[in-house]
Amino acid sequence: MASAEAGSGRPGLHDDIPRRLGTARGTGDRIFRYQLTSAGVVVLAIMAAVGLFLLLRAGQALRATGFSFLTTAQWQPDVHRFGIAAVLTGTLLIAAVAVTISVPLALGTALFISDVAPRPLRRTLVAMVDLMAAVPSVVYGLWGLFFLQKNVIGLSRWLSDWFGWIPFLHVDGAQPGDPLASASVYTASTFVAGIVVALMVAPIQCSVMREVFTQAPAGEREGAYALGATRWGMIRAVVLPYGKGGVIGGTMLGLGRALGETIAVYLIISPVFNIQPHILQTGTNSVSSLIALHYGDASDFGMSALMAAGLALFLLTLVVNFTASSIVARSRSGAQSEG
Amino acid sequence: MTVVNDVNDVEKTAPLPLTEPTAPASSPAEPPAEAEDRPRRIGGLTRSGVLSLCGAAASGLCVALLLFGQLAPLSGALGFVVVAYGAFLAAYAVLLGLEEDGPAVRDRVMTVVLWSAATLLFSALVLVVGFTLWRGREALPHLNFFTQDMQQAGPLDPLTNGGIAHAMLGTLLMIAIALAVTVPLGLACAVYLNQIPGRFSRFVRTIVEAMTALPSIVAGLMVYATWILGLGLQKSGLAAGFAISVMMLPIVIRAADVVLRLVPGNLTEAAEALGAPRWRTVWHVVLPTARSGLATAVILGTARGIGETSPVLLTAGYTAALNADPAHGPMVSLPLAVFSFVKSPEPTMIARGFGAAAVLMALVLVLFAVARILGGRGPGQQTKRQALRTARASKRDAARFAEAHAPALSLFDGESS
Repeated sequence: MASAEAGSGRPGLHDDIPRRLGTARGTGDRIFRYQLTSAGVVVLAIMAAVGLFLLLRAGQALRATGFSFLTTAQWQPDVHRFGIAAVLTGTLLIAAVAVTISVPLALGTALFISDVAPRPLRRTLVAMVDLMAAVPSVVYGLWGLFFLQKNVIGLSRWLSDWFGWIPFLHVDGAQPGDPLASASVYTASTFVAGIVVALMVAPIQCSVMREVFTQAPAGEREGAYALGATRWGMIRAVVLPYGKGGVIGGTMLGLGRALGETIAVYLIISPVFNIQPHILQTGTNSVSSLIALHYGDASDFGMSALMAAGLALFLLTLVVNFTASSIVARSRSGAQSEG
Repeated sequence: MTVVNDVNDVEKTAPLPLTEPTAPASSPAEPPAEAEDRPRRIGGLTRSGVLSLCGAAASGLCVALLLFGQLAPLSGALGFVVVAYGAFLAAYAVLLGLEEDGPAVRDRVMTVVLWSAATLLFSALVLVVGFTLWRGREALPHLNFFTQDMQQAGPLDPLTNGGIAHAMLGTLLMIAIALAVTVPLGLACAVYLNQIPGRFSRFVRTIVEAMTALPSIVAGLMVYATWILGLGLQKSGLAAGFAISVMMLPIVIRAADVVLRLVPGNLTEAAEALGAPRWRTVWHVVLPTARSGLATAVILGTARGIGETSPVLLTAGYTAALNADPAHGPMVSLPLAVFSFVKSPEPTMIARGFGAAAVLMALVLVLFAVARILGGRGPGQQTKRQALRTARASKRDAARFAEAHAPALSLFDGESS
């Protein structure tokens, strides 16, 4: 203000025109910008094409069934009786089991790596978690099919014996008192698939959460310690509130992966086409394994129905992902890391 | 990150001298208050801590044994573990409560809980990988497993006949196609997101971020809908390569975007201040600075792309024969080969499946190790040799400048030497 008044006395500086900050771009720069922008447009077009082509191909089936596509539990596209009620329920249940198991493990491991683990160990653990996130899903599927399936029966039986009175843990045809009863009612269930998917998504969740936890400001940690907090007290007062966005975002990211998982689930489950709310009982289904199961022998109309199922899955994961990224971006840690 | 990590070090190495003063002797009225005022231990082991840990473990085990063997009608290995762990935690809390206050007890108990969560997760993950490698040991020693395809081998043939050469070649071709699409397009898009900010690029970034968890089978369906149903072409390695690139593209863009954001602003500003046009700044400053991070982004995307089964399942078909032409005829990749091997009930086929899975794991492991070696450094950090080369170059430049502007720069001679 003062300098403006002082300058106003002089004639040449009187008219206060703001300096133009634009840059004069040469031809090279203009071409460069066009190229980059076109790369962006192409990527966007590819991503839009995913939704667009699915919608286009699914149109036939969706017109034929209308709203009942969401409520029918059968899959007989050739007689026009099909819907995703059963497979969608199965998908959601598998994802729910997976997230229930993976989130405590991932959260505990992330806190362990960021705050508790001996310092020389931390880099190795971080590398291990990241490596596990890159292990192919078919490897998890193999493990589930040939190792877990046999060994989990005891756990399933124990759960259904003691907690069978909770509706979704009930198993039809289970004989709690009989040690010689057939174990086949417990195999290929939502629960087994859920455990496998949980192990698959836990590293992803863990690495997102750890990333956020390590960013918690050092000043606030020191402040908590200076006020006499224990390490756990510091974690509860500083790290967890700071990383809340990361915890939710990581959970949702894992949920998105769990919803879309195909091969591991396909290898383990034995497909059924009615709504199966009992997670310990054999037989379940998911949207992606339905597609993998039927794409080979589908007629034209059947293919259209599968596309519609794929579209539903696509929209579901899209909603989950958008929610996740907006939560992360709005949280304190996310806002800081965006800068 | 290093700043955050240093906190605990400071706490541990510099104990607060609060207990040192000789206050208790002067005021005998309040010794308890003085005795309580000692610095909080953060982490680290003490003898009594270890002893109470052992004692609690023993008592937890005994309680569970007693309950399962004598008192209650419980059974099952898992129940035993759960009960033993619960009893162990309770006993540990009680033992600590004898000499510590409430927050300290909670801290110790939660430390044990975090240790056990991490141990559980890591042992489960090691089990997954170890199991695959262990079961793969039957197929892997046979050399023909790597050199033959499955054309001459039936399901009942022994492991000395037939192999996965066709799947290995297929994986290499598909990932090469996917990389040829993903690397230029993905990196250009990541540079676009960073260099040309605006409403449109924010929109592209949002879409890309939402697409990172695109279900891989949907990527396969999309290529199936366009390539095979739309254009009427047959299933081929090319279609599978495109399906993999649709899946990899958002992953690579997002990772590269994060890395490019870390390029220090003063480097680009310096380039601009020297009058470099934007494209030269990007080409000579931004990309070289972020090179190792970009390589990591691409390699991690590749690791994900190699392991995906479902896009290949929908778009590549399946063949037992070696097919080196990605444009025609069905092709098979390693994960797809694993998938179709283990669907067979024959033990030799299952052994082949595990062998192929072990090869796949090894491939991912190698890619990952390369990514760690390249990406362990942040942007701008150099290896010793790179740093030496840069120092030599700048010394040359300094000599050149000194020669050209000797009188003009005489002011700075003292500083430069």
